[in-house]
Amino acid sequence: MTDAGLVAEKLSANPVEIAPERDLMSKFDALIAERQALIDTGVTDPFAIVMQQVTSPTEAMIAGHDTILLGTYNYMGMTFDPDVIAAGHAALDRFGSGTNGSRMLNGTFRDHIEVEDALRDFYGMSGAIVFSTGYMANLGMISTLAGKGEYVILDADSHASIYDGCKQGNAEIVRFRHNDVADLDKRLGRLPKEAGKLVILEGVYSMLGDIAPLAEMVAVAKKHNAMVLCDEAHSMGFYGPNGRGVYEEQGCDVDFIVGTFSKSVGTVGGFCVSNHPKFEAIRLACRPYIFTASLPPSVVATATASIRKLMTADRKRAQLWDNARKLHGGLKALGFELGTERPDSAIIAIILDDQEQAVAMWQALLDGGLYVNMARPPATPAGTYLLRCSLCAEHTSAQLDRVLGMFDAAGRALGVIG
Amino acid sequence: MTDRTEIFDTIAAQIAPFNKKGVTVTEATTFQGDLEWDSLTVMDFVAAIEDEFDILITMNMQAEIETVGQLADAVAKLKG
Repeated sequence: MTDAGLVAEKLSANPVEIAPERDLMSKFDALIAERQALIDTGVTDPFAIVMQQVTSPTEAMIAGHDTILLGTYNYMGMTFDPDVIAAGHAALDRFGSGTNGSRMLNGTFRDHIEVEDALRDFYGMSGAIVFSTGYMANLGMISTLAGKGEYVILDADSHASIYDGCKQGNAEIVRFRHNDVADLDKRLGRLPKEAGKLVILEGVYSMLGDIAPLAEMVAVAKKHNAMVLCDEAHSMGFYGPNGRGVYEEQGCDVDFIVGTFSKSVGTVGGFCVSNHPKFEAIRLACRPYIFTASLPPSVVATATASIRKLMTADRKRAQLWDNARKLHGGLKALGFELGTERPDSAIIAIILDDQEQAVAMWQALLDGGLYVNMARPPATPAGTYLLRCSLCAEHTSAQLDRVLGMFDAAGRALGVIG
Repeated sequence: MTDRTEIFDTIAAQIAPFNKKGVTVTEATTFQGDLEWDSLTVMDFVAAIEDEFDILITMNMQAEIETVGQLADAVAKLKG
């Protein structure tokens, strides 16, 4: 249920008066009114932030102010890597700006093959398929793998793309309680033994930044003869000896790994890797792969360069974890309630009482020069309101000291901490 | 008392902890309209019903169930 918010980013600040008679747009009246009520309180719209200029992986100009970015998914700071940018330039010069069409027909360029090779090398797997986004990767893999009469078993806090992948397919869908190994075991045990089953897990859950007990869950899934797809979108680059994700850190053998280029890789796109001998067949059957345009060559070229550098990014991995420990420890010492007891990931969530407090904190931090994410129901687990910090390996210790100072000042001014 | 009546009574008892508005539960009571449950409450309640009857109610089935009576019918069918 994470990241499943329904708030559009581009709703008009001054919507025209709603027509007296209902039409198809009337169903959005409540959303329009809620957004307007938020704007009327005098705050910046948290869902319409514009980066006027981005000057480094950790800094941008927002509303005319120099701002520290602590709400991007640029965990490994690859967006300004000179080799990555050079690869994009070279691909633009050599292949132009677009790909014309689908991978199945005219949209496969040399760079698509190269990025899939880079993924095979990074994950040490025999198969790799690139999609146009991480969302499309989940949509495609889930709806294609599990068909009529088969079962998808997913964590209740799964990302919206996982839920949408379930809706796109014809399988029976079963939810289990978030990160609850016994609940997964119980529900798998109630399914027909002979039916095909796909268990979907995430290494890191993006709203609270908590990690899954993958080793135990994968063992339970295998006990019930289910295949496992693990989404490692928020862990690629910095978990495990090779940066493959939480599954590598916990020593698990999973059937399919889904990931994205828009986080640690620092560009855009999605993928799935697998050792299954029939994996290539997905290309022939997967609608979100077949019926959409492929990524432009400049994008896949940047992804290739970034992935190859991530394979040996040990210094960045270590720095990111140092940063996570520093921010988590600092916020905890200030008295904030955090989403996880320990710094489990590069995401650190600050739990707040209600929307009013969350918006006030968010606005105070932005005014002070810090951008974090504000999240609220239905995007958050258990209906909580939270501010979400996402760390980058390129955040400096001095920046994090300033961040903690801003949290301290805003938290005290608004009575969030004593 | 028939099985169907027992099932309905058990479901009504399971609804009680989630019935924040104190709605009188009948066969026609709707989960969304009358009880005003959000998706998180539905998740917790469905899990409780599944455990109570040792059955599975898939999300596909849940999409078709709007009233308490329909849930009782579905449980009766799943119990066989």
